[in-house]
Amino acid sequence: MSQRGAQVMSSGLPGEIVQLTMEHLWLVLLSITIAVGIALPMGVLLTRKRPLQGWVLGFANVVQTIPSLALFGFLIPLPLIGGIGQHTAIMALILYALLPVLRNTFTGILGIDPAVRESALAMGMTDGQLLRLVELPLAARTILAGVRVATVTTIGTATIAAAIGAGGLGVFIFRGLASVDSTLLLAGAIPAAAMALLADGGLGWIEKKFSPV
Amino acid sequence: MTPIVEFRGVSYRINGHHILRNLSFSLAAGETLVLLGRSGSGKTTALKMVNGLLFPTEGEVCVEGMPTTSWDPIRLKRRIGYVIQEAGLFPHFTVADNVGLVPKLEGWPPSRVRARTGELLEQVTLPPSEFSLRYPRELSSGQRQRVGVARALAADPALLLFDEPFGALDPVTRLELQNQFLALREQWGKTAMFVTHDVREAMRLGSRIGLLHHGALEALAPPEEFRRQHGDEAQAFLACLDLK
Repeated sequence: MSQRGAQVMSSGLPGEIVQLTMEHLWLVLLSITIAVGIALPMGVLLTRKRPLQGWVLGFANVVQTIPSLALFGFLIPLPLIGGIGQHTAIMALILYALLPVLRNTFTGILGIDPAVRESALAMGMTDGQLLRLVELPLAARTILAGVRVATVTTIGTATIAAAIGAGGLGVFIFRGLASVDSTLLLAGAIPAAAMALLADGGLGWIEKKFSPV
Repeated sequence: MTPIVEFRGVSYRINGHHILRNLSFSLAAGETLVLLGRSGSGKTTALKMVNGLLFPTEGEVCVEGMPTTSWDPIRLKRRIGYVIQEAGLFPHFTVADNVGLVPKLEGWPPSRVRARTGELLEQVTLPPSEFSLRYPRELSSGQRQRVGVARALAADPALLLFDEPFGALDPVTRLELQNQFLALREQWGKTAMFVTHDVREAMRLGSRIGLLHHGALEALAPPEEFRRQHGDEAQAFLACLDLK
């Protein structure tokens, strides 16, 4: 963090805000993309292999209950994924983002009218066709709602990532806390809040494009 | 001639419960067999045995002479049209896409799918110009059921299965659809298996009626003969005919 911090110091507050916002955005986008990449297929798998449900959802639930600062702390000593810096933070953010996407994929697919699934099977759809033509389109709205929740919470949680040297808008917040400077606190909090609102609005807009069926 | 469908000593047991007990009967080409029974009598289970949604725990079901367990499950299902209550239409597909689905899965060229879809919608009295692009939620339940019938007919299956297709309709619409069913059968001579709990519907539509009670076949006879059945369950259903 020291190197990045020094860089930030030299460029005046507005410049810093832009730079840290971009860093923050990068943390969030990368974590969400990877989390969706893991949780979506896993949610689909859970609808096929019901016995796994309890274990996987249970694990994701437990992760969700770990306070974020503690989770960052737990990850630091781990080999490969641990240490100080962005990759540890991204790992933690992915773990947090898994549950909403996983759960919504799973419930979205299971919530489809059984008559619709039955007639798809009776018409001789293969499992792949059932998923691609029926289940994913009909669950899209619910899945997107999960992605939206995950994104908004990740934007918030990512501010804590600065504690382990991952950068982002949390840098301002921690610095503001340390120096009891509310301008610095706001310089971190306002862009993070704005980002969360924009993400919420944007993803909500996309969600509504999918008809509620 | 090989029967289209043949049940050979079919039983189905799940968690120690007998859903079907030793069913044996066959279905000749062009015939409409109505399976009549109360809720829970096993009639829907029997129907699902035909297109391989379920398999017997004892005995076998043969379709066109071959046991369902030997069929490629996808091929078997695509050869058989299936209509269920509330139609089970895909809510995110237009009427035309719903009807054209199996032909499309079968790889028909789009122009042929379109022509076939239009022809079928005409036949179930839903003018394609008006209905093709609508979504299921924009239809009445009777119209949805018609689309369900058109969809089942799309790839020209030799055999059609109906699982209480008209159960949720008002009496007037139900009568209309029953008449349409009879007209279509006249026109195409398809073989059909039809499940209902409505004895009047069974008498109107069936060339033979099979009465299921606790998973066993209590009677199997053409409607005229069915009227003269003496069994308790048959009497219970026949009593419903006199209520008019």
